Amino acid sequence: MEKRALFSSKFLPYMLLLPQLAITIIFFYLPASQAIWQSFLMEDAFGLSSEFVGFENYRYLFQQPEYYRAMVNTAVFSTAVAVLSLACSLLLATQADKNLRGGEAYKTLLIWPYAVAPAIAGVLWIFMFHPSLGTLTRPIRAVGIDWNPLLNGDHAMLLLVLSATWKQISYNFLFFLAGLQSIPKSVIEAAAIDGAGPLRRFWTIIFPLLSPTTFFLIVVNIVYVFFDTFGIIDAVTGGGPAGQTTTLVYKVYADGRLGGDLGGSAAQSVILMVIVIGLTAIQFKYVERKVQY
Amino acid sequence: MAGVTLDTVRKVYAGNVEAVKGVSLGIEDGSFCVLVGPSGCGKSTLLRMIAGLETISGGTVKIGDRVVNQIEPADRDIAMVFQNYALYPHMSVYDNMAYGLKNRGTPKDEIEKRVKEAARILAIESFLERKPRALSGGQRQRVAMGRAIVRKPQVFLFDEPLSNLDAKLRVQMRVEIKRLQRALGVTSIYVTHDQVEAMTLSDKLVVMSGGQIEQVGTPSDVYRRPETRFVATFIGSPPMNILPGKVEGPGRVSVGGQMIQVTDMRDGLAPGSAIEVGLRPEDVQAGTGAGFSALTMDVDFVEELGATQLFHGKVAGAEFVVQASTGQIPADTRSLTLSIDPSNVHLFDPQTTKRLGRV
Ligand SMILES: Nc1ncnc2c1ncn2[C@@H]1O[C@H](COP(=O)(O)OP(=O)(O)OP(=O)(O)O)[C@@H](O)[C@H]1O
Ligand SMILES: [Mg+2]
Repeated sequence: MEKRALFSSKFLPYMLLLPQLAITIIFFYLPASQAIWQSFLMEDAFGLSSEFVGFENYRYLFQQPEYYRAMVNTAVFSTAVAVLSLACSLLLATQADKNLRGGEAYKTLLIWPYAVAPAIAGVLWIFMFHPSLGTLTRPIRAVGIDWNPLLNGDHAMLLLVLSATWKQISYNFLFFLAGLQSIPKSVIEAAAIDGAGPLRRFWTIIFPLLSPTTFFLIVVNIVYVFFDTFGIIDAVTGGGPAGQTTTLVYKVYADGRLGGDLGGSAAQSVILMVIVIGLTAIQFKYVERKVQY
Repeated sequence: MAGVTLDTVRKVYAGNVEAVKGVSLGIEDGSFCVLVGPSGCGKSTLLRMIAGLETISGGTVKIGDRVVNQIEPADRDIAMVFQNYALYPHMSVYDNMAYGLKNRGTPKDEIEKRVKEAARILAIESFLERKPRALSGGQRQRVAMGRAIVRKPQVFLFDEPLSNLDAKLRVQMRVEIKRLQRALGVTSIYVTHDQVEAMTLSDKLVVMSGGQIEQVGTPSDVYRRPETRFVATFIGSPPMNILPGKVEGPGRVSVGGQMIQVTDMRDGLAPGSAIEVGLRPEDVQAGTGAGFSALTMDVDFVEELGATQLFHGKVAGAEFVVQASTGQIPADTRSLTLSIDPSNVHLFDPQTTKRLGRV
């Protein structure tokens, strides 16, 4: 049977929806539509007037090699962070699930990094890896690597990936641990009796049973890398050296806020919005279908 | 095939919980052994130690003539059926059954042959492609059985495999398990707290309590000659009545001043000493008989069970239950005279609770 509430007045249901709708409109649709509108405008050099230019901002954007580089940076960055943080947190969660002594303290410690603000996380990593001040720079140099994230783009990207991963591990860890704990112990035991060693058990039983969690986390992590790493990038590299760690989100900020190109920056945010809508759509499609068992 | 031998096996859990306190037991090759006992008595723990799912704190477990204390569950050549079935939720019924064989590198056509054969025996051929969640409880139970038999192990272990099924299906599966075990001739150890399952399935019945074995024997041994008061009241339904009594002389005791003749009574018990007198509800009859003793009972109320009736009341101030075929005794009876067959009287020491029968 269908569950439905009965309202005597025709207005009441709409009135009840109103606060929710108002919040969505004021904080999402309004800025979003403003961004879309802005993306069709071009301002003069002094920001005094603006004129409608159609898709000019978009056309210009796709002519810029920097934009493609930001795309590649984003792809590299998000793949690296997602893969690395998922793999690390899954490994840590499987260890924590073993109920060893000191397990509680171990779990608590693992959750702490999540409470650190992204920008502060970035500063922490800079303290460790700054070319002249970093505490870990000297040992790295000592093994013969000319470590310099301020000049070397690869080093800068590596530093970013590490700090963003470090920040995200706690979150993934919690979900993986919950996922692991929801797998009945007897299923694992049955597999052990069925002759599967620990590794085989992991790949043929545990990992497939975790797949809904993993899939959810992949989407969450990609969205995280796309948007929430802004603070880390700003603190660690500021998009440099020479734009080699500028991601799509950072470029929106750099072009709009620093470069004053509001139209171009708006066009970039619209593209980002489309990407996120696409990701979310895929997520819903999958969550409703397959993946579960 | 192989028997299983336990030698003073102990299990101490973290926090000094001694769940199994030195159990020794020999289970013959090909026999069906049932471990029965109240909740928390350590049955599952003992079974899981045999399976290798719990470490053994003391003593040795042998399967065949191999000590398996340090051997991984996978290498013990056993199969286990769990209470919640523990099927792999993401695999089809076929893959569930094939998993153990695949892990052991069995050739594909051999796997197919064995799975098909097991599916035929268990009548689950039409579900092979389904996932476990699309099966009823009884069907899942069969798949769990199938997963155990395809491997052709030395020993089957069952931990309350029927307790999630409804009463009717339980009886049906019970019969099937027994038949299957007979056909395959695989040594089986079965844990349950249902005494009907225990009585009907076992060749060897092991009654446990508080981490220790109370009695080992054939079901009829245990029923006819319970070694302790615990076993006497645990096996049999409704449970055996225990009355406070007094030793009167060789082969004679009294309950509330009424004399009772006893066949199975230890020699040399001091007259006048206290003793417990056990009588099964189904072993006492209304009326009087030649050579039988008599007891009077005040009836409080009657329970109708269909074919039988239970008369609840008191004998010499103690609770007493009599089971009789419906119609044998008028239901409005307030006072009964019971005739007691001397060979049906069980005596127990009030202090040690041990049986005081002939040695
Ligand atoms: N992991 C554990 N840690 C500590 N104590 C445990 C653990 N597992 C079981 N026990 C204790 O050991 C005793 C025996 O438990 P076990 O599971 O063997 O009982 P059981 O006879 O199977 O009971 P049931 O019929 O309820 O399944 C219980 O007192 C239980 O509390
Ligand atoms: Mg149990």
